[in-house]
Amino acid sequence: MSADAPKTDAHKAEADKQAAAVAAAEQRPSSGRFHAVGVPMEKSKDFQATASRLFERLRPERIGIIAVMVIAVVSVVMVVLGPRILGKATDVVFNGLTGRGGATAIDFGKLHRILLVALALYVASYLLSYLQAYLLAGIVQRTMRTLRNDVESKLNRLPLGYVDRQPRGDLLSRVTNDIDNVAQSLQQSLSQLLTSSLTVIGVVVMMYIISPLLATVSVLTIPLSVIAMGQIAKRSKPRFMAQWRHTGSLNAQVEEVFTGHAIVKAFGRQGEARERFASTNEQLYKAGFEAQFMSGSIQPVMMFLGNVGYVAIAVVGGLRVASGQIGLGDVQAFIQYQRQFSQPITHMASMVNVLQSGLASAERVFELLDAPQESDDVAAAAGPEASVTGRVAFEHVSFRYLADRPLITDLSLVAEPGTTVAIVGPTGAGKTTLVNLLMRFYDIDEGRITLDGRDITSMPRAELRRHTGMVLQDTWLFGGSIEANIRYGNPDATTEQVRAAARAAYVDRFVHSLPHGYDSVIDDEGSNVSAGQKQLITIARAFLADPTILILDEATSSVDTRTEVLIQRAMAALRAERTSFVIAHRLSTIRDADTILVMDAGRIVEQGNHHQLLAAGGAYYTLYQAQFAAAATDIA
Amino acid sequence: MLIRLLRSHLRPYRAQLWLIVVLQAAQAIAGLYLPRLNGHIINNGVLRGDTHYIWSTGGLMLLFTLLQVALSVTAVYWGSKVAMAFGRDVRRDLFQRVTDFSAREVGVLGAPSLITRITNDVQQVQMLVQMVCTLLLAAPITAVGGVIMALSEDVGLSWLLMVSIPVLIVVIIAIIRQMVPQYQVMQERIDSLNRVLREQITGMRVVRAFVREPYEAVRFGAANDDVTDTALVAGRLMALIFPTAIMMVNITTVGVVWFGSNRIASGDMQVGAMVAYITYLVQILMSVTMASFIGSMWPRASVCAERIVEVLDTESSVVTAEHPVESVPLRGTVEFRGACFGYPGAEADVLHDITLLCRPGQTTAVIGSTGSGKTTLVGLVPRLFDVTAGEVLFDGVDVRELDPLALGARIGLVPQKPYLFSGTVASNLRYGKPDATDDELWHALTVAQAADFVRAMPDGLNASIAQGGSNVSGGQRQRLAIARALVRKPEVYLFDDSFSALDVATDARLRAALVPETADAAVLIVGQRVATIAGADQIVVLEDGHIVGLGRHDDLLATCPTYAEIVSSQLRAEEAA
Repeated sequence: MSADAPKTDAHKAEADKQAAAVAAAEQRPSSGRFHAVGVPMEKSKDFQATASRLFERLRPERIGIIAVMVIAVVSVVMVVLGPRILGKATDVVFNGLTGRGGATAIDFGKLHRILLVALALYVASYLLSYLQAYLLAGIVQRTMRTLRNDVESKLNRLPLGYVDRQPRGDLLSRVTNDIDNVAQSLQQSLSQLLTSSLTVIGVVVMMYIISPLLATVSVLTIPLSVIAMGQIAKRSKPRFMAQWRHTGSLNAQVEEVFTGHAIVKAFGRQGEARERFASTNEQLYKAGFEAQFMSGSIQPVMMFLGNVGYVAIAVVGGLRVASGQIGLGDVQAFIQYQRQFSQPITHMASMVNVLQSGLASAERVFELLDAPQESDDVAAAAGPEASVTGRVAFEHVSFRYLADRPLITDLSLVAEPGTTVAIVGPTGAGKTTLVNLLMRFYDIDEGRITLDGRDITSMPRAELRRHTGMVLQDTWLFGGSIEANIRYGNPDATTEQVRAAARAAYVDRFVHSLPHGYDSVIDDEGSNVSAGQKQLITIARAFLADPTILILDEATSSVDTRTEVLIQRAMAALRAERTSFVIAHRLSTIRDADTILVMDAGRIVEQGNHHQLLAAGGAYYTLYQAQFAAAATDIA
Repeated sequence: MLIRLLRSHLRPYRAQLWLIVVLQAAQAIAGLYLPRLNGHIINNGVLRGDTHYIWSTGGLMLLFTLLQVALSVTAVYWGSKVAMAFGRDVRRDLFQRVTDFSAREVGVLGAPSLITRITNDVQQVQMLVQMVCTLLLAAPITAVGGVIMALSEDVGLSWLLMVSIPVLIVVIIAIIRQMVPQYQVMQERIDSLNRVLREQITGMRVVRAFVREPYEAVRFGAANDDVTDTALVAGRLMALIFPTAIMMVNITTVGVVWFGSNRIASGDMQVGAMVAYITYLVQILMSVTMASFIGSMWPRASVCAERIVEVLDTESSVVTAEHPVESVPLRGTVEFRGACFGYPGAEADVLHDITLLCRPGQTTAVIGSTGSGKTTLVGLVPRLFDVTAGEVLFDGVDVRELDPLALGARIGLVPQKPYLFSGTVASNLRYGKPDATDDELWHALTVAQAADFVRAMPDGLNASIAQGGSNVSGGQRQRLAIARALVRKPEVYLFDDSFSALDVATDARLRAALVPETADAAVLIVGQRVATIAGADQIVVLEDGHIVGLGRHDDLLATCPTYAEIVSSQLRAEEAA
């Protein structure tokens, strides 16, 4: 009788699909606090290679995966058997009523035995499908944790040259949005693809076992579904792309207007900004509507085709039951199978979309993992690290990023322990590059750099850097307390040492005016600490690190004069008794320096102290007249 | 908050929403009718061997199927339309609101946060509306319709409904209640994981210079483990929902056959009715599952809605007068009379009792340490902020009485952060005066000491500028921002620390070139360098929002200790004098 009992599993598939849609919708928000555009939309370039590489990463979980696959096969077999068994129950009732098969009444004993088997089967299949999802969640999450850890350790081994040339936002997006997206889509699609494809196979087998005729009738709706789906997908894809494109340009507009808010207001351009926004907003609305409508239609259309198959089975099956060629239970089972068969196909199509988006992200993550990395460090020498006096020598050093653009050419210099080297020259002269080479942020192409006579490439980077301290123009502090930020320079320092460093860098006095003192948290937007005060904290950090060699960049901007004086005093104190390289912007620094390097186009054009160089009347003299003499006379 | 946002912004689409409800109801009913027809095929056709009945009812079923697809596609059409229109309207209102804000509201809420709200947060809520319109609306209709249809098939089995529906609801709600806090925690943990990564990238040089890679790896590893743990708990809870719902459905199905067969044997129920009953039960339970599942999106959307409504509810502190004055006879006199400014709830005012007169042809310089209120003082003139006490007069009229556009047209502002917009050099220069000729642009560039580098750019005036001006150097950006203000030929110039990125020589040349250019205008300069401001007609020394000195350089040196201290500190700094 019940041509219909079976809808159960049809509904299961449908609900699964909706769940996937919900999950897909949910995934969007988590991707991207600061990259508003959301899910990466680009299509995978090399779908297969990336996919196999992603699956390669699942290898450590292979035992779990084999278990999941075995469970999937068993639970699919159970799901596929379910309708058949319930169909048998229906046959018992039906035969009891119609007197077929020699029955005179419903055989309740047989019916209950069948139903108990069905019940056991359903409970077992529940336990198995939960076990499968449970195992899979662990597999995916552990794999993603490893991937994230790999990316993090890669970040710390990327050459700075690579990082400097990479748009920062893009790099951030890869390590955050893209990894999130890979995790989400893998979790969603993996189990679905597995069970869906197994179900389709199982169902087709069962259908042909029961009735080759009915099987053929219902298989006929499949090409229709595929064609319809293809047509809709073909139309919705460009619309989705349009939607993301407009989202991108809307976000860009918003970012620009909100960031430049004061200018927009002061120049009275709100009206124009609103008009522009309104037109993009309208385009986004149109594209979004078309994309949502198109993709939203897939479900009703598939449901329709499924129903057409349902009607066809009901009619053809009904006719054949009436003529006694097939049992009613078989027809009932068939309707169930017919549904079970078209739903997973729709489902697989949507999962392939999810997976494609995930693979596009995976590709970007792999690109990062494949990026070049710093050359291997030499092994650290046994025993404690030797202390150094701080004699630094550059010997015929050359360096370039691009073959035709030398950044440093044949540069030689010697800095004796405890002396100050001031580096001056126009923008692009190579001052920062020189510092980067000394820190081994970049490796040189020719010549060598020595510390106390030892080639710096012959010591581990960590050892070199422990001897070297840096205070840069870019006052990087991490989101944490002032105390923690100072302690960054030396994690083993005592509280008293931290306080001493703070006092030496004039941090102590302004910290006492903050409500939470040293526990005040520094954040990006925090206005509690000014740019100048941040600079002082970076100086305190360097004090605490107590390096033998010091690198200072004096350039500061938007710092009021009194804080500037403090910064200057703190830097001077920090320089004492250390070999210092200063990218100099202040006349006092240059005058006091033991050596001034005048750089231009990657070369040292002059070298000497203030008086020698002024007397020489060369490049330094010209620079001094243009940049510093004006300041001197203007104020007076 | 979410309800409020939905109500206010879905109101214009009430008619469409009702239409969707009707379409979904009709669609659900058509869907519900199929099992009944199928039951008829079994009872009247198969059992009696009436092939004609089978054919005709089959045709009817096909008709209902067609009807159902037409109705659902139409419902999806309107559902998508309403959801997208809702998103568009919320974005429009937010944008409108923010462009009305003064710098004070933008400062309090923060530009990055505002950007997230208008993009991500709106998208979240829009997604919920879309889901509700296309999926959720049909759920209660199907459930209620299913109950009615099931009861009409057989009342004797209704106890099965009364047991299975509440049990399913309770079980699913219990699971979701466990999930919601997990998701909240997970979002926070993902945020902190991303923060660690962001810091590692932005601070890469510092991390390496201080050899703190191992420490960072530990920090990251901990955050990573936290995320993984929560994701596992949430993922495993999520994995529970559907198998549980399916098992409930399957057990109930078995129950219907079990107890239904007794009723059939006793003649209380027909076979076809039992079959239909099962189908209805399945539809009801699946609707409940769907509804509660979409319900789990609610908490997250609520948080977003709260953030959106907060912006929509914030009134701009700068309001245009009802009858704004559009023209004033005088030319460019700015006067502060007892002007005060403070943030709501702050202990001390940022500016306190500022009285100052800036005449056309005069240069007024403002100096003081960070946080002394210089930028706020400048912002009072173009009404980026409004005074909280006292007044600011422009040509004798309170700026709050003036037409904002008329006021803006008379002011040339060069802000502390010289923000440029994406476009070209020319489009940026014309920002304040769209009809400026190329000659005017070149003139402004020449005065701003920017003509040389613009000429050297591959496309000159048409050279492209990236967002924020990130493809030109800080000094170039500052000079272009100065040129942008010059193009307007305003009556009042406001230079907010606009020469800081220039070297001393360029600074001096630029200021010399500015003199003839600004001869008839009132000029207000905020500066850090004594050299930049020493030649001004009057110098204002600000400290903690108070004027502690007002006069010429020489007078102030003698009378104002704060000024003398600033000067001597710079002289020490530069060792010049």
